[in-house]
Amino acid sequence: MSAQDAKERAHDARVYQVGLVLALVLSAVPFGAVALGLLPASGLLWMIAICAIVQILVHFRCFLHIDLSSNHRHDLQLILFSVCIVILMAGGTLWVIGNQRAMMM
Amino acid sequence: MLSQNIRFAVFGNLSFSALPFYSVIATIAASMVVLGAIACIVVITRAKAWTYLWKEWFTSVDHKRVGIMYVIVALIMLLRAAIEAILMRVHQATAFQQQGILPPEHFAQLFTTHGTIMIFFMAMPFLIGLFNLIMPLQIGARDVSFPVMNSVSLGMTIGGSVLMMISLVLGKFSTGGWSGYPPYTELAFSNDMGVDYWIWALTLSSLSTTMTGINFAATIYKKRCEGMTLMAMPLFTWTCLCTSILMIFAMPAITLATALLALDRYADMHFFTNGMGGNMMNYINMFWLFGHPEVYILVLPAFGVFSETIATFSGKTLYGYTSLIYATMVIAVLSFTVWLHHFFTMGQDANVNAIFGIATMLIGIPTGVKIYDWLLTMFRGEIRLTVPMLYAIGFMILFTIGGCAGIVLANPGVDYQVHNTLFLVAHFHNVIIPGTLFGMLSGYHYWFPKAFGFRLSETWGRRACLCWIAGFVLAFFPLYALGLLGMPRRTAEYFDPAYRPWTLIAAVGALIIAAALACLVIQLVVSIRDRAQQAVPIGDPWDGRTLEWSIAAPPPEYNFAVLPTVHGRDAFLDAKHDGSAYRAPEHYEDIVLPKNAAIGPVICVAGGAAGFALTWHIWWLAIVGVATMFAALIVRSFNRDTERVIPAAEVRETEEAWLRLAHSLPPRDRNAELSIENEGLATVAAE
Ligand code: HEM
Ligand SMILES: [Cu+2]
Repeated sequence: MSAQDAKERAHDARVYQVGLVLALVLSAVPFGAVALGLLPASGLLWMIAICAIVQILVHFRCFLHIDLSSNHRHDLQLILFSVCIVILMAGGTLWVIGNQRAMMM
Repeated sequence: MLSQNIRFAVFGNLSFSALPFYSVIATIAASMVVLGAIACIVVITRAKAWTYLWKEWFTSVDHKRVGIMYVIVALIMLLRAAIEAILMRVHQATAFQQQGILPPEHFAQLFTTHGTIMIFFMAMPFLIGLFNLIMPLQIGARDVSFPVMNSVSLGMTIGGSVLMMISLVLGKFSTGGWSGYPPYTELAFSNDMGVDYWIWALTLSSLSTTMTGINFAATIYKKRCEGMTLMAMPLFTWTCLCTSILMIFAMPAITLATALLALDRYADMHFFTNGMGGNMMNYINMFWLFGHPEVYILVLPAFGVFSETIATFSGKTLYGYTSLIYATMVIAVLSFTVWLHHFFTMGQDANVNAIFGIATMLIGIPTGVKIYDWLLTMFRGEIRLTVPMLYAIGFMILFTIGGCAGIVLANPGVDYQVHNTLFLVAHFHNVIIPGTLFGMLSGYHYWFPKAFGFRLSETWGRRACLCWIAGFVLAFFPLYALGLLGMPRRTAEYFDPAYRPWTLIAAVGALIIAAALACLVIQLVVSIRDRAQQAVPIGDPWDGRTLEWSIAAPPPEYNFAVLPTVHGRDAFLDAKHDGSAYRAPEHYEDIVLPKNAAIGPVICVAGGAAGFALTWHIWWLAIVGVATMFAALIVRSFNRDTERVIPAAEVRETEEAWLRLAHSLPPRDRNAELSIENEGLATVAAE
């Protein structure tokens, strides 16, 4: 293995390690907070949601190696499409289930 | 007490009372499964074929072999689920003011297994199998992007199928329908192993399908041969791309919905229970977030098949190629915007229903575009009425009727009336049988000679096709009437004499479908018997247009001796015209292929065992199964010796033998393609 390769490997390994640690922390925090009842219910919900979104970003960055630089155009298109579908699915869910809830009040 | 504890620790809830003696028909079915399994084992052992099967098939990561195994699974499961359907039809015909041939409990299991199998273990493996077999050939690739993951996907699908078969023998299956709505499927109402079988079979299938979607999408993005731009890809490959994207986004919704249901059942949680903050409608919402894209996962591949067969057997370039692609993409995206039409009656306000109703009707537009494109492809074509073409014609007429029924149902006002009646059952079978099933059977007939090197019997194929069409019409058109008369779906017994004549006609239709199945079995047997006469070794029996026809049949494992370069659509047709087909390349090179891998079968067994163990609460086995899956994954990632080389000399020998044969045989006219002279070399017709 050339020195260059070795350096790249070390760098890759670091990124994965950082990702793993962050992912574990971001899972442990909400579990811990719920188990210990650190926040009131609505605060817990917000905290879990935020941890989840950060978790997604960590996965993108550290495991899927997706960033915003321009040589990743292709990836970016895919991400935009995914975001569109996720908005349809998650947003749609909030809308229809929320609407039903309002009708039942 | 102690002995009981030990028994539970070893066998979980499993005991002799799990054997199916509650219904004669269930006992017979279970015996058939057991005897069938024993017969297979005996035959294979007698033929000393285990090593061959292990080396050449089970551990193979060749996309063609994986594809063929998928289709075999689909055909076996089709037989089972269709027999169950026929039983249900006969039952309903006899269930007027009396019990009918089945106890109600058993009837409820049958509609659940029938629906679950037809969708997850018949239609999906069938279309994934055809894609596996053909898509890499159409884009001029040697394999999919992740061949080992492909074999793992197959393993998980087989694991799920085996779980379905075991559920016939040990215990009962869910009675909650293929959609498994809570709260009925919660412990409070379904306190046995049935729903658990359903959950774990679905989990294996949905995970496997997600991986397949990723695999196919990556393959199409990354492995196209030179000159194969996106807008030069055959339509079947285009539908593969759109289907894969649907799989990637839709399957996680069902994996998650069933996982949450499992948490409710196993861990005392309350996502979907009646009390404690549960909301069952959220399950239904998630299920259809998956479920509606799923119906397009099922039908887009059929559109792809018909786009190929109609062009080939009309001897014309596909009309409106670009519009077909845009229509496919529009359908794929719109399919994420309509899921609520499955629960118009939930209790949301009318504006929500109106919006989803309109969105649903919009999908009719791109679908209509496609129908016109196919009609115009046939227009002034030189049409040959072969079996795939007969299916295509049946499809165009019947699917249009089914689609119109769908537009009717998209009106929330109408849906309130016929929701949960047989009108709905008529509608979805009317799109799914002429659409998906005819499409798959058409593709089966069309590509069989490519996979195995000989054609299927045309006579028996025609008989099967005609029986399917006639049987379908008789079995399902009466259900529209029954639905309008108000007969609910999933009815085990009824008291209104007005239903009587229609259920009898539908039963006759189901028996004709039984004849269609028999024809398919006979067709296979007869064709294997006559394979020497039916052989098409050169590989182009139908005067094909796309790259898969440019190589031998069956194809060599490396597919293309030299990766092709194309200059447009209908690449092989162009090559035949400009004389570049059947030419030896200037020089041969070594070809690198992936080595066989055992991880597929290991995950198949471990995953199936884990599912079975979770169903019966055999905790040690569940732990062993799941741990084995992870261990297999880790062991595999440390294996660096994953490639093997086919030397150039060997490639040259194979190719030259094939080319010599191709140059020595007389080409035949495509109008004579059904005669035994068809050896897979077509005359170049003027276009
Ligand atoms: C082979 C011919 C077929 C016949 C005779 C048939 C018959 C039936 C019958 C009698 C039912 C129950 C109707 C009721 O609720 O009262 C049913 C349900 C169903 N069928 Fe089929 N079917 C056939 C093919 C298919 C195919 C090819 C698919 C899908 C690929 C399919 C998917 C379903 C589904 C999803 C259900 C709903 C199950 C449920 O209620 O949960 N069927 N079918
Ligand atoms: Cu739908």
